[in-house]
Amino acid sequence: MDTILNILSNSVEEAIAPTTAGLVIAVIGLNIHFGFTGLMNIGQAGFMLLGAYGMAISITQGLGMFLAVVVGLLVAVVFAFILGAPTLKLRGDYLAIVTISAAEIIRYVGRLAALEPWTGGSQGIFGKSYQPAFVKLSFFGDGSFTLLPVNYKSLGLGTAGQTIGLLLLIAVIVALVMLAKAMRTGEGTLAGLAANRTVARVVMTVLGVLTFVLMFFVFPVSYGRTGTNGWWVRAVAWFFVGVSLLITWLLVRSPWGRALKGVREDEEAMRSLGKNVYVIKMQALIIGGMFGAFGGMVYVISQSVQADAMGRQLTFFAYTALLLGGAAAIFGPVLGTTLFFGARILIRGLAAAYIPNSIMGDQQTEQFSYIVVGVGLMLLVIFRPQGILGNKRELRFNV
Amino acid sequence: MSETTLNLADPAARQALMAGVERTPGAAKPDPILKVDTIVRQFGGVTAVNVDHLEVQRGVITALIGPNGAGKTTFFNLITGFDTPSSAGKGAHWAFDGRTLDKTSASSVAKSGMVRTFQLTKSLNRMTVMDNMMLGAQNQTGEKLGLSWLKPTWAKQEKEIAEKAEALLDRFKLLAKKDDYAGGLSGGQRKLLEMARALMTDPKMIMLDEPMAGVNPALTQSLLGHIQALRDDGMTVLFVEHDMHVVRHISDWVVVMAEGRVVAEGPADTVMSDPAVVDAYLGAHHDTDLGDDSLLEDGDPMEKQIEAEVAAEEQAEEGQS
Repeated sequence: MDTILNILSNSVEEAIAPTTAGLVIAVIGLNIHFGFTGLMNIGQAGFMLLGAYGMAISITQGLGMFLAVVVGLLVAVVFAFILGAPTLKLRGDYLAIVTISAAEIIRYVGRLAALEPWTGGSQGIFGKSYQPAFVKLSFFGDGSFTLLPVNYKSLGLGTAGQTIGLLLLIAVIVALVMLAKAMRTGEGTLAGLAANRTVARVVMTVLGVLTFVLMFFVFPVSYGRTGTNGWWVRAVAWFFVGVSLLITWLLVRSPWGRALKGVREDEEAMRSLGKNVYVIKMQALIIGGMFGAFGGMVYVISQSVQADAMGRQLTFFAYTALLLGGAAAIFGPVLGTTLFFGARILIRGLAAAYIPNSIMGDQQTEQFSYIVVGVGLMLLVIFRPQGILGNKRELRFNV
Repeated sequence: MSETTLNLADPAARQALMAGVERTPGAAKPDPILKVDTIVRQFGGVTAVNVDHLEVQRGVITALIGPNGAGKTTFFNLITGFDTPSSAGKGAHWAFDGRTLDKTSASSVAKSGMVRTFQLTKSLNRMTVMDNMMLGAQNQTGEKLGLSWLKPTWAKQEKEIAEKAEALLDRFKLLAKKDDYAGGLSGGQRKLLEMARALMTDPKMIMLDEPMAGVNPALTQSLLGHIQALRDDGMTVLFVEHDMHVVRHISDWVVVMAEGRVVAEGPADTVMSDPAVVDAYLGAHHDTDLGDDSLLEDGDPMEKQIEAEVAAEEQAEEGQS
């Protein structure tokens, strides 16, 4: 039992890591591209890498933190404009080709030995050369902090208490899912409760908070308050996830968001209604790209800027997370990304703990976890193509 | 404007207006809303469209007919900016309501007041009927990226647009479907939705590409009613259609295209007997209703001819034996 609880604890830590938050923001950008506008951007990692380079190089060259972030965002705007200008007038495939190649070009240019004074070549830019600028801004103080301060350990409940807490957590999550389902379809055991929208919403919120509280009660997480990989980084990262969600929500509910979906459905029809499709697509590409770049900055803030760590693979992770959470759903990227990273650590841990080393070594369990995640994605696309939060009604008319 | 509108709702007034127009291809109209000059479109060696001059009268229904491959839809695409003429820069020129459209993009053409529908209906399937309609409205503040996130800047306009959309949906009998996804509508309902959506743009001229294709007869009747109502409201209608009954029933003027050229123009009842049209398109039986039972009773000339041939053959055979 202890092993499983340990592994779960690692999963929770991974799910709230700053890298996860960084990818969430990039996936939010991808959602604007792919989910809402239907732009096939297979180079989101390129945007992330550009943002990371933009910020890190600016800081190492002596700019302040805020200015460095602005530089990173501006670079992404220019990049999006260069990619979009020739391709957005053409069919969607061309954007896909151009983005994936451009992302690779960025990666190779970053690795160039000639650029070593700036990008650090294939070594990358070490965290210590730009993190202090960020850590300096912290007002969290020193020492360490455990979330939640009151947890099973501090109450002296031991493994038994933790297990009971875990079972409670599972029960709450099940109730949450059932209620959400009942609210959407009007069927199921909780349909009566879901019928009254206000009550259902309150219960939903309570259950959501309870999930959060129980999760950290059962799996308390402890980090330094500030430090390069402490609560300060996490708090800032998740705060910006919240800001990104808010911006997306504000944009998507507007007539502009409606025009995005119109472009996704049929560009010609939009043209015949007097909409400048090219401009709408360009705006979406730039905004999504800026989210990507910002996500990249958050992604590297607790580690180092390393070109090879942000290659095609990261783009595909982003797509996996997006499809898992549900495209064109506001909260889809958050749920998808945390589940994707959490589940991968869980699978890796379980494989490492229970499969003997003679069958599968440590190196192999790492690969194995990706295989399982991949198979999981295939099953998801077959049996629940709209993702976890997606709208099945929309999918029925997919052409 | 209001005076002409009143006049043109009256069939006699329309007849009087169009009576003075010459019955030749490219004839000048009293008050043309659309003027087209030298539009040529070639696909490799094939010349799909080659129109020297065409004018469309304001406030009436003009039908564009012609056999398959005559270039009607290509012509539509060219003047609405969805395609570029091969003759661009070599004399191609067209103007709508006094505004030159030679180098205008499709979206700007629509903004200038000339809105089209498509032969293959383009409904936005994964959006609700209401959202489809709302997209048609022009000059929406909320569609500007800079203001879109500030709801107060567009909330009032949004409400007005929604009211207008509901009124139009009501007129087209789609109001009950307003929260359904457009992909869930039947083919005929989608045609209605597309027409209603085009009207959301407040067009001066609406161009319908085969509005009756695949629509059942009952719905055809109501679509015809809608089109005539649009004309009576003062809108100019240009439509492509294959059904001669429809063309004769509602159009005030007919333009006939064949092999990319305008071969004839005239009122529906006379243009059909124009020899060029008969040659190009209608054939000898164009005036007979194939669904008419009286045909079965009267001796069909073809039938008589075949009978005579058979009799002659039989005689010849008898002679041999």
